[in-house]
Amino acid sequence: MGKALSKKIVMLRESVAMALDNIRSNKVRSFLTLLGIMIGVMAVITLITTVSGVSGTISSSFSSMGVGTLTVSITGSDLKTGVTPEDLNVISALELVDGVVPTVSLNGRVSYGRNVQTGKTVSGKNSYYFVQNPDMILQGRSLNFIDDDNRSYVCVVSQAIVDEFFLGINPIGETLYISGLPFTVVGRYEEDSGGGVASIFSGSADILIPYTTAMQVNNSDEVTSFTVYLTAGADSSAAQEEIEDAMDKLFDYEEDCFTVSSMETIEDTMTTMTTMMSSLLAGIASIALLVGGIGIMNMMLTTVTERTAEIGLKKALGAVPGQIQAQFLLESFLLSMIGGLLGVVFGLGLSLILCQVLGTSFVFNASAVILGVGFSAAVGVIFGWAPARKASRLNPIDALRAV
Amino acid sequence: MRDEVFFRMREIDKIYPLEGEDVHALKKVSLDLDEGEYLSVLGPSGSGKSTLMNIIGCLDTPTSGEYVLRGREVGDLEEEELAALRNREIGFIFQNSQLLPRLTARKNVELPLVYAGIRPRERKVRAEAMLERVGLKDRMDHLPSQLSGGQQQRVAIARAMVGNPSILLADEPTGALDQKTGAQIMELFQELNDEKRTVIMITHDMKIASHARRVVHIIDGELSEDPQWGESPQTVPQSRQASSAVQSRADRDCGELSEGGEPHG
Repeated sequence: MGKALSKKIVMLRESVAMALDNIRSNKVRSFLTLLGIMIGVMAVITLITTVSGVSGTISSSFSSMGVGTLTVSITGSDLKTGVTPEDLNVISALELVDGVVPTVSLNGRVSYGRNVQTGKTVSGKNSYYFVQNPDMILQGRSLNFIDDDNRSYVCVVSQAIVDEFFLGINPIGETLYISGLPFTVVGRYEEDSGGGVASIFSGSADILIPYTTAMQVNNSDEVTSFTVYLTAGADSSAAQEEIEDAMDKLFDYEEDCFTVSSMETIEDTMTTMTTMMSSLLAGIASIALLVGGIGIMNMMLTTVTERTAEIGLKKALGAVPGQIQAQFLLESFLLSMIGGLLGVVFGLGLSLILCQVLGTSFVFNASAVILGVGFSAAVGVIFGWAPARKASRLNPIDALRAV
Repeated sequence: MRDEVFFRMREIDKIYPLEGEDVHALKKVSLDLDEGEYLSVLGPSGSGKSTLMNIIGCLDTPTSGEYVLRGREVGDLEEEELAALRNREIGFIFQNSQLLPRLTARKNVELPLVYAGIRPRERKVRAEAMLERVGLKDRMDHLPSQLSGGQQQRVAIARAMVGNPSILLADEPTGALDQKTGAQIMELFQELNDEKRTVIMITHDMKIASHARRVVHIIDGELSEDPQWGESPQTVPQSRQASSAVQSRADRDCGELSEGGEPHG
């Protein structure tokens, strides 16, 4: 029993050496063949890692916004397209509501002296926003209720804006022009999460101004989107009902004027979406693996034909069909595995770069690596099977004659 | 060797089924061989000598008849058992040495030992000893392409002998060599036979065949002993018969080596 096992080990070692030697002996062909697998695995790893990085960043920014908030978006009716500051006071006064933060967006053309920048996000918020984010301001002051009431032309700017406009200058007290109107900088704040993709979802902005001022600049007296902060320990669905009742009253019980959604439901939707997206992308990427497998099969069939004489000789010297089959199967397996491992390395590298570009955090996804390696192993065995079987079944007499 | 049969063929037939008609490659071939004999099988191409070689070498099994090698009935064996038998009992030497081009001389010689499951260290020692025996001590790490035709054939002979098989089975071993190198190879076979190794040589060349101590002719799938080299030291069970190529058709239809009969008029 032990003898048979040691004989098997001797054979396996020899087969691995022979397979590697054969892969090496035909470098260009082997490389082109394993390139197919490499690209497939690389695509799978990159897509899964990047998508999970994006969704990880999104959900962490959701949870940083905290539970205990509800978002109200207003589509409005023919008579009433949004809510007024007075309406917001009604919502604020509800039993389960601690406060509301309206969001009014401006299309930002921002200039300071001769420095003109477009595409900046300028967002109107109220003083309650700074009550909820007390540690935000690094320098100067936050926007307060006096600014809200007076429609003051003041702003607080993010570190990114300071870097762009006020390098080496104390920004406090400087005048910044937003949509052509002068705003006095009163404070500087640190953005919580880097910008990029995350900023779209976290609602972070480059410049914050009083929402009342933003409404005036927009020539509007209504708000179409606001966030409701609930009282500590309030039940989210009870609060949602309370807010919906109040909103119904404000919109005269007309249908479909607004939606109230909790962060949890948005997060759930996002998670479902990203999961679907990543499995769809992985499915597409695995087509590349399939094509790579066909490449391996093609090469192995060619190899078997080319090495017919060698197979015949080995059989004459006492190789049993199983050993011949194992040799060729091992060759396609190793070829595919080399491709797979290279694919993992390049895939991780590429996703690292992509995460940098997208500004999301890189999360090492072990299951993607296991999937990639497992897939390439399976491809090697499945597509190597038929050629190896063909080799093992060659009649040694015919094979020897093929010289 | 106790009392097991070393080599016995009885009424071997080999028929290849082809479209339309079957090809009768071997007809009632009988042959006995003792250990240490040096036998040539002489025949023109298409005579069935390759078929006979394949059956002797356990690459193929007879359609009917009995072939016993070292006490084992070859016709009953499965593919795996045939492979093991080839590995243990047969040392093949082919016309064009058939070395694997990417392996060194030593690695080529080690190959049969790989399939016998021998450990690397022992393989190396045995392969080196064999290469030394065939006079290639200083060529062990050369690739086949770095060796001359004669040297390649010596490597092939070392490979055939390394597993210590019962029979060295050579198929036109000098066919691809010039005369001088061919003569050296024939000398080597003679020496190996003097060392009590059993040699069977398949050839179409009368001169090459004449190196053997015993010659059998094969024509049209029928085997007959050549009386010229009849003085083999071993006693062959059946008496050898003065058959030749001019033997009558009727006699040939009988097929086997007929027991002491005179050719029919």
